[in-house]
Formats: sequence, C-alpha cells, structure tokens
Amino acid sequence: MASLMKGRTGDWEIVIGLEIHAQVTADAKLFSGASTAFGAEPNTQVSLVDAAMPGMLPVVNERSIEQAVRTGLALNAEVRLHSVFARKNYFYPDLPQGYQISQYEEPIIGEGEIVIDLPDGDSKPVGIERLHLEQDAGKSLHDQHPSQSYIDLNRSGVTLMEIVSKPDMRSADEAAAYIEKIRSILRYIGACDGNMQEGSMRADVNVSVRRPGEALGTRCEIKNVNSIRFVRQAIDHEAARQIEIIEDGGEIDQETRLYDPDRGETRSMRTKEDAHDYRYFPDPDLLPVDLEQSFVDRLKQTLPELPDQKKARFIDDYGLSPYDASVLVAERETAEFYETVATGRDPKLAANWVMSELFGRLNKADIAIADSPVSAEALGGLIDLIADDTISGRIAKDVFNEMVETGKDAAAIVEEKGLKQITDTGAIEGIIDTIIAENPDNVAQYQGGNTKVVGWFVGQVMKASQGKANPKLVNELLRKKLDA
Amino acid sequence: MAGMLDLTIADARDAMRKGDLAPTEFVGAYIKAVETARPLNAYVTETPDRAMDAAKGSEARLAKGEGGALEGIPLGIKDLFCTEGVLSTAGSHILDGFEPTYESTVSGNLLAAGAAMLGKCNMDEFAMGSANMTSYYGPVENPWRALDAPDKKLVPGGSSGGSAAAVAARAALGATGTDTGGSIRQPAAFTGLVGMKPTYGRCSRWGVIAFASSLDQAGPLTRTVRDTAIMLGAMAGHDSKDSTSVDLPVPDYEAALGGDVRNLKIGVPKEYRLDGMPAEIETLWQLGIAWLKDAGAQIVDISLPHTKYALPAYYIVAPAEASSNLARYDGVRFGLRVDGDTLQEMYENTRAEGFGDEVKRRVLIGTYVLSAGYYDAYYLQAQKVRTRIADDFRKAWEKVDAVLTPTAPSAAFAQGEKMDDPIAMYLNDIFTVPASMAGLPAISVPAGLSAQGLPLGLHLIGKPFDEETVLHIANVLEQAAGFDAEPSFLAG
Repeated sequence: MASLMKGRTGDWEIVIGLEIHAQVTADAKLFSGASTAFGAEPNTQVSLVDAAMPGMLPVVNERSIEQAVRTGLALNAEVRLHSVFARKNYFYPDLPQGYQISQYEEPIIGEGEIVIDLPDGDSKPVGIERLHLEQDAGKSLHDQHPSQSYIDLNRSGVTLMEIVSKPDMRSADEAAAYIEKIRSILRYIGACDGNMQEGSMRADVNVSVRRPGEALGTRCEIKNVNSIRFVRQAIDHEAARQIEIIEDGGEIDQETRLYDPDRGETRSMRTKEDAHDYRYFPDPDLLPVDLEQSFVDRLKQTLPELPDQKKARFIDDYGLSPYDASVLVAERETAEFYETVATGRDPKLAANWVMSELFGRLNKADIAIADSPVSAEALGGLIDLIADDTISGRIAKDVFNEMVETGKDAAAIVEEKGLKQITDTGAIEGIIDTIIAENPDNVAQYQGGNTKVVGWFVGQVMKASQGKANPKLVNELLRKKLDA
Repeated sequence: MAGMLDLTIADARDAMRKGDLAPTEFVGAYIKAVETARPLNAYVTETPDRAMDAAKGSEARLAKGEGGALEGIPLGIKDLFCTEGVLSTAGSHILDGFEPTYESTVSGNLLAAGAAMLGKCNMDEFAMGSANMTSYYGPVENPWRALDAPDKKLVPGGSSGGSAAAVAARAALGATGTDTGGSIRQPAAFTGLVGMKPTYGRCSRWGVIAFASSLDQAGPLTRTVRDTAIMLGAMAGHDSKDSTSVDLPVPDYEAALGGDVRNLKIGVPKEYRLDGMPAEIETLWQLGIAWLKDAGAQIVDISLPHTKYALPAYYIVAPAEASSNLARYDGVRFGLRVDGDTLQEMYENTRAEGFGDEVKRRVLIGTYVLSAGYYDAYYLQAQKVRTRIADDFRKAWEKVDAVLTPTAPSAAFAQGEKMDDPIAMYLNDIFTVPASMAGLPAISVPAGLSAQGLPLGLHLIGKPFDEETVLHIANVLEQAAGFDAEPSFLAG
C-alpha cells in the first residue's frame, strides 16, 4: 500500500522504525527477586540490588530469559544461544547503578519477521532487527516538592524487552498496526500485558522522510510515546515537520525528540552532538547467557496458537474474511469467545453477532470481553434460536438488548415476553388477509406493476405481528396472495 | 599474655576445643592488642563489643561440644566487606556514615564459623593502591622497620594493608583481604605473613564493595599456611547470589598439608626475571627453588611469554571496570553528598570531594579506555591479552603443577615513597597481576629477610580450583624457610 504524504513540492514517503519496550510479566525483576506489581507505594518494591547498594550483585532471573526466548520464537526470530549482558553507563538519579544492564553486541534474539494487518484488509511483513533484555530505570518525581526531586525505585530493575523493528513501515497506520500486532503476540504468549497506560509498553519512534525511491533520509527518534494514538499523531506531526524543513531548503538534524500530546508537536530533547557515550562493555558481574537448543525447543512447546496461525485457521475453518479474522484474533480472549460461539453454529452469523452487536456494546460501555455481560454460551443460545427459526433476526436484537440488561438467557427472555416467532402459516395468512382487505389502493399499485410496494406490505404484517412473524414466510405468503 | 597472642589459629582452636583456653579470655587479649596497636592505624573501626559477644557465644557452644571451625578466633575484616550495622567505608570519604543493613557472604561465613570480628581494617581507598597510602582514614604503618632506618615508617603494602599490619603486629589472629592484582599477596610479603588469593569464583563477592569485578577475590591473611588453609575453608563456598561464584565443593584444605613434594613439578618462568630487580629477590627465589628441589620436587624451566603485557593490560581492565562500578557513588542514596545548585553540580561536588586522587585517576583512565573510539584499542585489546595470559598458564599446566616466583620486586618501602610516580607504584604488582588476570589461585609465603631485615615473600601460582596443591607446596616452603623473625612492633 503506497501511502505518500503530499508536500508543496511533491510526494514524500515516510519511513518508520519502532523500538518497543515491553515490560516482561514476571513476579521478579531481571536481576533481583523484588516484586514488580504496578501501583505500589513508592520505594516499597526495591531490593538491595535494585537500589545498587555497595557490594550487591545481579543474578539473572531465568523466567525473564524464558519470556524473551518465547517472544523471539513468537516473532519468528532467531534465538541466539549465546548472548551477553553489557553495561550502558550514564549518570541519572533514577539509575542507581550508574549504568543500565542491557544487551548490546550480543542480544538474545536476532532477526525475525511478523505480518501486520491493515485496516483495508491487506497485510504486510515487517522485519524485526533484534530483541534484547534490559533493566528498566526508576522514576524521578518532580512534582512532590517545590525545589527537590524525589526518586521512586519500584520500577528500577524491572525486566524490559526492547523489540527493534526494521525501518519497514511507511505510514502511521502501519506503525499502529505493527504495535497492535506486537501487543497481540505478547499478550497471547503472556510475556507482557501490553498495557500502555501503565507504562508496561512504550515505543520509541524513528521517523524519516524521502522522495519515493530515493535513499533513506536523516531520522529523528521520538522517545517514550505511550499510546498508539500518540504514536500516530507523533509520526504525522514529525513527518510534516521534516517535509516542511526540507521543502524550505533546510536539512534534518539527527536528534532525539519528545512528543508533546497537549501541543501536538515534537520537541528537540538532544542533538547528535549531545548524545551520550555510553561506554558499553560486557558486565563482569554476569556470565554470558548460554542456552541449550533443547531448552529453546521445550519453550517452543509452551507457545499457544499465535494470532497469525489462528487467523489462517479462522479463514479456513470458518470461511471468515481476512479482516474479520484479524479482528477476532487480535485478543486471545476474543478469539476464544468467538470460537465458543461459533462451534456447532453458523460461523459467519456468529462472527457478525460477536463483531457488530457484542463489540458495539462492549466498546460503547468500555467493557473488556472478559467482563462481557453476555457470555459466549448465552450468545450461542441466542444464535441457536435464530437458526431454528424460534425468533427472527430483528427480534433477536431486542432479545440481545434484554440479555445485556438483565443477564438472563435468550430462551428465557423469548419465553417470558412471548417473542417466539410466528411460523404458523394460518396465523400469518390471517394477518395478511386483513391487511390486503384494508388497503385496496396498495394492492392495486402492486398489481399495476409496482412490485416494490411489497416491502410496505411486509412492514405492515410485521408490525401487526409485533415483529414476531417469520419474515421469510411473510414474504412468501404475501407474494402468493398478491399474485393470486 | 604475649604468649597467647603468638598462638596460631590452629593452636588456639585446638586449645579452646580442649578447654585449655577460654574464648572470652583469648578474644579479650586481642581486643586489648587492637588498642595497643592503634599507632599503626590498622583499623578504621574497632568492634570490641561485638567481638566479646561472639566470644561468649563460642564459649557457650564449645562448652556443649558444639561449634564451627573458627570458634573464638579473633579476626580483622577488611573494610571492603559490608558488615551489618557496622560502618563500612572501603577506605573512602564517599562512604561516610555507611552502615550496611546486610553482611557480606564471606564475613557472614566467618562469623557463622564462630569467628569474633575485632574491627574493620584500614585499606587503600576502594582497594586501589599498593602501599595503603590512599585511605581517607590515613596511611597504615608496617610494624616492621628497616635495620638501617629504624625511625622511618614503612608501608605495609596494599591494598589490604590494615589487615596485614594488624595480623603481623598480633592485633588480629587472621584477617580477610581482597586481591584484585596482588592486594593480599604483596602486603603479606611486606609484613612477613601468608596471604592467599584463591581461584576467582571460589569466594563469593556478594557484599564485597566492588573494585574490578572480574578480578576481585577475597582471601585470608594469616601467620602460617595452616591458618590460611583453615580460614580459607571457612570463607569459601558457592553463593547463588554471585553469578561468578563457582558451584564446587570446598575441600578440607587443612588435610592437604603435610608430606613431601616428590611427585610434583614446579615451573620457574624465565619472564619473571626482571632487569634491575634487587639481587636479594633473585637470591631468595633461587633459595626457594633449592628448597623445593631438596624436598623432592622436579623443577622445570617454563615460559609464560605474555607476562610482560599483564601489568599494562591489568591497568586497563581494572580501571575500566572500576569506572563503572564506582558510578553508584553519586550522593543520591547513601554516603557523602555535597550539595550543589543543580543535579550535575551535586554529582561533581560529591565525587570531587568524596574520592581521593588515586581513585579519580583510575576512574579517568577507565572512562577513557571504554570511550567510543578507544574501546577497541584499549579495552578490547587488553581482554585479548588477558586471554593470552590465561593460555600461557593453561599450556604451563601441561608440564607443571605449580609455578614459583617472587611475590614482589622489593621489600617494604618508606611511607611517601613512589607517591609521585604511579607507574613505580603499579610495578609492585608485577609478579602478582598475571595470576589475577588468569583467575588462578596464588599464595605468598614469608621466606626470608632482606639485607635491611625486612620480610620477603615467595609466590606460588596453581591450577584453577587447585588450592590444595598450592597450600601443600606452600607448607613445604614454609617449613624449609623456617621464617621466625618478628616485626619491631608487637601489640600486647
């Protein structure tokens, strides 16, 4: 999908690469046993190691290694059996060691590739450059005191995976789809909860622009963007900024920028000249990580069916469109919900109900699928009533509303409210006869060739039956009577 | 009283087990000795109450026929070991007031074995030094004096200078040291003691304030090889809190002592013969060779061709690691903070005031060699040299069981000497650094006196985790040397 941005002097191509920092779901930090729960009181989840007390030593948490390997496998990436932790040296008060333990020349995961799903139903491969493990820093709190800053070390030492993409994205839409896909994969395998509000997933966005077909332009890195919406905005603003500069005859300076969502602009944080010299070197407190292939193979067995595999299966088994399938598999819970509904039923009807009726309701009320007021079984029950002609699709929507409000199951509501579809030919014929008798003008119109008026008759019959008449029967019988 | 202070760890242990010596009386004598030895400045902090409480505990356990390997043994602990609730300074101003809430694994092991901690021993700041002149708490004095200049204060060596001075002056029966490039062995040689750096990974580094992580190893300083064997046995062991600690059983080192060296081959590396080395050092070395030969060992001339690169490479690797290890002393969480108008100023003021010149020099060197554009030429190259040095030894182990060299190129020198010439100071470690770079166990044994009546040491290097053979040969050397000279200053 060629997505070009129009400038004053012609078209521009945006080139985007993303670095996603994903906090690994684990009970302990990368190199200490301290807890990692979100929202605890400041400095209550800090071990001696996390506070970098003198003489303290890091010991790698095996669970973090496992999650990185599982993620690598899920990203179709190379698991590097030998990797090395290195120190990235810089001073900052919320970095107690004075260095971050990260991986530099020898990351645990090498190149891979994922497929992103675009809104128009297309998909596109995006390359993964690498994934490495690193410690998170603590947090500086500047709003607690008029002249002093406070430090909260709860996050210090928490395991992050930095997932670096290749510069394969060409629009904000693609970047958003990439983040969504990464998040989906991470959630499927339980490696990260993907919660951007709580900071467990953050993105650094690299943006450059070029004339289509030309060499890559100079990039700017926008640091720490913490929602997909902001990623989109930051890319569009940054690309427009760069295009304007170049079109005005200027040049792009390679720099690190910050996105300010309040003002809708990116601001320079530091230029290339101010860039730190991190003085990376292998951490002498830690041995290289040497994995056995059998360990990797064992972890491979623990991977669930991944979004893309599930999507392909949904298309094959349920005859869904690629877009519908990609929407349904985005979250593992949604996919499971759908499968429960679809099993033994018309899969397309099930998809429609899940995607339009249920999602519509949930999104409007901002409810997660796990908290849906209508269970998959209950929704299945409703669809069964449609399938066996107990109720019409129209009535079903009313029944569904009632289910959402009362939590009762479909059959009970239909029974209680007497919504059962009228399939008794005689009863429907009675209604039709009355309406034909009462509306000779419309009958005349029909017979005069205006067959469209049949829709009006159907409406009248449905109305007279309070929507309970089987619409198919109504149609059949009406035509028979009118043609007679 | 003086007799009591002359007991070895082995003697005192046996006497206390038999009930012939009361731990409280014994430790009490040492507590007094620590006071008398104050002019040496060997201790930064004295902990007499703790020592006496420990002695009482030992007394109770021994009375019940229980207890560990070091019940009632009074020890000095180098101030690089974090000790719970006791000021731990690393000899630096920047750790002002730092009382850890935790006990280092090694000191914890010693206390668990029944040892009584007399106090925290003075040392070169952050273990950077070979003369114990860089401590914020002032220089340590060697209890030995030269015959021709009896009024001149001598250095005890470093960086474990306080530990060495205390043990030599009978103000501790043993002491912990740490050795990064020779910081146990060189002071042992300068003060007439046995000092051992075990194999890297043998003793846990957890709770030991880091200087150069890939080189730092804890070890004992004692008056005899047997005492070193006993103390090392209590210090060593795998620790899951230190990723570089090795999961191997700790042998009974004392059991390795005794017997001859008839089936052993001792390597003598030609590269350790330096131009301008004092003749008495060479003479002592030849004497050592002769003693081992007499005891039945086969002497083999060997070559360790990369020896001459060890010291320069060491002075790249160690400062590089130190520059990063010392970044945590930033005035934010503990120790000294010197305020400033901005964060940057606070950092600058704190570190400028908190660190001494030698520490600053090494942080600067280390920062430089890790910098973009210099990393490959310095740090990476030094690591390659390190691999070559290890390979040299690996090849040597195909031919020999241990290597014999002098410990230091001279005897103890006067306080203040070499202070304006860092290179001359660094040369003190010329014989000890290669074993550090290769992570090998090595020991210094007192073997004789210089013309000026100062102790000189012989140095044995062994195979990885083969401390037993090193101790076994050291014991033979010790017996042959029959070193029984005493320092000018004795506490008690």
